[in-house]
Amino acid sequence: MSKEHDRGMTVIVKTVTRLTVGLIFLYGIYIVLHGHLTPGGGFAGGVIIALSFMNLDLAFGGKISAKIFSKGSTGVVEALGAVMFLALALIGLRYGGFFDNFLHPDGDPGQLVSAGIIPLENIAISLKVGAGLFGIFLTIIVLQKFESEKK
Amino acid sequence: MTELYVLLGLMIAGAIIAIEVKNLLSAVVAVGIVGLGLSIIFLLLKAPDVALTQIVVEIAAVILLIRATLHREIAQKSCGTRPFGAIMGILFLGLAVIAALVTFSSGLSPFGEPLMTVSEFYPLNAIAGTGATNVVSSIILDYRAYDTLGEATVLFTAVIGVLTVMRSVGKKKEEDLQENNE
Repeated sequence: MSKEHDRGMTVIVKTVTRLTVGLIFLYGIYIVLHGHLTPGGGFAGGVIIALSFMNLDLAFGGKISAKIFSKGSTGVVEALGAVMFLALALIGLRYGGFFDNFLHPDGDPGQLVSAGIIPLENIAISLKVGAGLFGIFLTIIVLQKFESEKK
Repeated sequence: MTELYVLLGLMIAGAIIAIEVKNLLSAVVAVGIVGLGLSIIFLLLKAPDVALTQIVVEIAAVILLIRATLHREIAQKSCGTRPFGAIMGILFLGLAVIAALVTFSSGLSPFGEPLMTVSEFYPLNAIAGTGATNVVSSIILDYRAYDTLGEATVLFTAVIGVLTVMRSVGKKKEEDLQENNE
């Protein structure tokens, strides 16, 4: 298991992944940024972004994906998302209440820049969910590697 | 409505196969059928937000389950039938059926006409009130943002728990390390 995980999968899988992983990542960003206009939002988009990283990890092996996004940085990014979400809620206290939509009248409904703080909250949740899920994925794989080395 | 019942039957069959099958990988694939069927049901009931989230989370869960079960030997042991569990199961099922008969004796409200009228407020006022054309997004991030905060806290706690319990390298107090060296 550990050897397979280090080297990655076959050439076919690697080539297809090289072609598609960027598109999956972009689709996740699209879902997050259009969360206030079309179905989707921070949670679904964050999971799609995490899935693109999982795709890299499974196809190319752990070393290459660790260069881009290591286990330590997943914790940092997840905490950043949580702090950003709470900070947006706390800024609202100054304007009228917890989670007050203080940017609301800016922008027309249906435009990309509209709906006040909802897009910003979507981005915060996507950082949290994406980094958290990828962190869990990495942890489970690392544990498996450790077990198979012990055998 | 027939397609809903077909999908529900498929999901129940998938769940039963997942329990009964011997091979772990086949069981994971059968669990995936349940998630896919649920996602299509959400789509047929005109809830694309939930359908998208369901299918995406299902893919991530199936990948994690495959990584966790592949090439792993699970010890098997023979077990006899457990009459106590079966009796209790039938008892609770009977109680649930009786409770449902008593509760819904006057009939359910028809499909698409909810008992609570608060759900009519959001589609009428969300676009003017928040500026978001996706009403679901305006509810979860504006009207009911407290719920989202709680959900984010639950996820945060879960991630902290997994990262702490399942880490491969543990920490030790410095005194213990020195004792070991001596």
